[in-house]
Amino acid sequence: MTKVLELHGITKRFGALTANDGITLSLAQGEILALLGENGAGKTTLMNILFGHYAADDGWVRVFGQDMPPGRPRAAIEAGIGMVHQHFTLAANLTVLENVMLGSEPLGRLRSARQSARAKLLEIAEKFGLAVNPDAKISHLSVGERQRVEILKALYRDARVLILDEPTAVLARPEAQRLFETLREMTREGLSLIFISHKLHEVMSASDRVAVLRAGKLVAERETAQTSPKELAELMVGRQVERPVREPHEIGAPTLVARGITVGEGEETQLNEVSFTVHGGEILGIVGVSGNGQAALGALLSGLVHPSSGTLSLAGENAAALGPRSMIRAGAGRVPEDRHAEGVVGELALWENAVLERLRTSEFSRHGLVRQKVCKAYTADLIERFDIRGATPDTRTQLLSGGNMQKLILGRVLSSDPRFILANQPTRGLDEGAIAAVHAELLAARMAGAAILLISEELEEAVALSDRIQAIVKGRMSDPITADAATPQRLGLIMSGVWEAHADAS
Amino acid sequence: MRLERRSTTPLGLAIVAPLASVVAALVLAAGLIAAAGVSPFLAYGEMLRGALGSRLAVTEMLTRATPLIFTGLAAAVAFRARLWNIGGEGQFFVGALITAWIGHGLGLPGWLGVPTLMLAGMAAGAALLAGPAYLRLRFGVDEVVTTLLLNFIVILFVGMMIEGPLKDPLAFGWPQSVPVDGDFRLPDLVARTRLHIGLLFAVAAAGIVWLVLARTVFGAEMRAVGLNARASAFAGVSLTRTIMGAALLSGAMAGLAGAVEVTGVTAGVTTTMSPGFGYAGIVVAMLAALHPAGVVAAAIFVATVFVGADAMSRATGVPSFIADVIVALCLLTMIVALLFTTYRVRR
Repeated sequence: MTKVLELHGITKRFGALTANDGITLSLAQGEILALLGENGAGKTTLMNILFGHYAADDGWVRVFGQDMPPGRPRAAIEAGIGMVHQHFTLAANLTVLENVMLGSEPLGRLRSARQSARAKLLEIAEKFGLAVNPDAKISHLSVGERQRVEILKALYRDARVLILDEPTAVLARPEAQRLFETLREMTREGLSLIFISHKLHEVMSASDRVAVLRAGKLVAERETAQTSPKELAELMVGRQVERPVREPHEIGAPTLVARGITVGEGEETQLNEVSFTVHGGEILGIVGVSGNGQAALGALLSGLVHPSSGTLSLAGENAAALGPRSMIRAGAGRVPEDRHAEGVVGELALWENAVLERLRTSEFSRHGLVRQKVCKAYTADLIERFDIRGATPDTRTQLLSGGNMQKLILGRVLSSDPRFILANQPTRGLDEGAIAAVHAELLAARMAGAAILLISEELEEAVALSDRIQAIVKGRMSDPITADAATPQRLGLIMSGVWEAHADAS
Repeated sequence: MRLERRSTTPLGLAIVAPLASVVAALVLAAGLIAAAGVSPFLAYGEMLRGALGSRLAVTEMLTRATPLIFTGLAAAVAFRARLWNIGGEGQFFVGALITAWIGHGLGLPGWLGVPTLMLAGMAAGAALLAGPAYLRLRFGVDEVVTTLLLNFIVILFVGMMIEGPLKDPLAFGWPQSVPVDGDFRLPDLVARTRLHIGLLFAVAAAGIVWLVLARTVFGAEMRAVGLNARASAFAGVSLTRTIMGAALLSGAMAGLAGAVEVTGVTAGVTTTMSPGFGYAGIVVAMLAALHPAGVVAAAIFVATVFVGADAMSRATGVPSFIADVIVALCLLTMIVALLFTTYRVRR
């Protein structure tokens, strides 16, 4: 097979950190190569060098046999490389067609060649099976559709090699599956692909070949058919990682009880008469496809929104009207869905984030003055206890990796021994090592008697951690089933809302 | 060329950056001075002499710096909470107006009357910013627009008052309010100059604002809200209370500037008593990187430019508007300098 792309001896240093260390890699015509590695292993850096965003300190890149000048994205585009970033680079107030054309037209031209551009876009969309409406505004599109536009944008510039950085990070599972089917189609049309991922199952199901990066080094290359998830996990982490398992134990009294809760009204009903009970020492898993009311449920239990009807009680007290601070005071700990947007203030130091929720308690302030020494000592203790790496209390929180940031948030929640914990997508975007750590902490809190409500889109995770499971569909919730009864078929049924049909039939 | 976020900003760089931006602004303005047919060295020499060359010059400069410290603090406080208060000028004028209004015939002894007037000025400034802050919180109305437009309304209102109810009958037709009672005039700091103890108030205010921002729960919450309102709300920080608090403190500082200027310098209120103290406060705050201690230094620099430019204008004939140009250039170069303190340039 011909090599469409070669990287040789690529080395890139950022200060003391060597992000890429002598990496040599090639891509064959029509191949899907998965670049697997934990967060911070150097995957994105490598692709940025390939695309010309960064100039390598050492090594060279060759595309279709032609040497690439370092640090010039324009040259990479002209050579036929297209990149789809993890965070989309689309202008939300422009249409699909405008976004696709943006930057590919000569500035000097007075009239833009809309008609021919539209024809070309539609032709590409047709050829690769990426249906899209050229006149739709980006802001009206779903995440999956936006990603399609990103891909089309690359193809429009005649990309023959596509690089996708964590393409499924923002997608729900069915969407991800559809994406990989599309990618497979595209290789039949002669494209070659590299996708970056840290998810084993998608690497196994979607790639021809896997290159594993660890701490900036290429540690292994495998034909996908000749490897196993277990081997890849070990190569990726460098040691054996096993997710902790839930051990049976006695569950306690009801801690959080919701009865007939409705959030929002009429057209905007987000939760519709949902009921659930979380007992002490129990994990209740809420599964469902994203966008079915999980956000409202999370906001409700965080104290950010209040039910329009129904009752919510925490440890026997009415909790329906409590705000975030009162919720915390009543013994609730909350892990938000989006670490960066809600979990931490990235620009602030670790210690400021660690105490932000309880800044007004006598532990952390006195007479309106912040007790900085106490706060920092407390944070140093969290860093130690929850194994938050590469940080001191004064480090800017933004600099933490996703996993370490999540450990900080978990530490902040768990250190006050809450009786109820909301864990909303606690492992989203984390690598295998960090997932195991988060699971272990949640299970430890369960053994210590906390009532935990876990909202998760990862079925494996929900089944592994939960004692009981309820599905959420269009703002309504199924009756709970026990984890033992949660076979894939049963889960599939309740997640598609079929429990109601049963109820009607009986 | 690429920009990479620095993990920390070295202290040396944080201090050098504003100085470098001032030098850059002066170099740019030198081109304009040369275009006016005057040697920039001569002009800047005259400027320095005019602002710092004699005891009188220095006291004049410090007199001018006093309100700038207050308005600089006002902008710094608001900007930290991402509340874009462009209304320092209006708040300055309501502070001045209220002070002149009630300071005439108040019937209190000086030791009680002065604090009363100061508090009244602060309350007036705070009240003027409370409105826009409330509209932003409740309806999402852009406070840049509302605070900016209020400046004009307030100045016109002041004009109406001093032509009408507050008109000083002894001012020979000059548009000026009746002066505040002699008991309420701030004592001189240096005898036989215009410099008054208001400068000490301003420096003390900078110290207090620093304490509030750096050490109190309110200051910490304000920073958090300014940087990420959603995460702050999730952590239970009240956005309404925090942004309102910042607005009240900011408006109070600008209002106090007006109160101090009336009791310290002008005695009455006029529509021309401020050469743009409120707007210059924004530049002061930016030059100071929103740090209260930096505000004092930046206010002294801006006052030097303003006072020095008048002297330079008299000596060389270069229009004194060059002061506004220099100050505006400083704002631009400081924004560039901030880029370099936050990011590292890489190839």
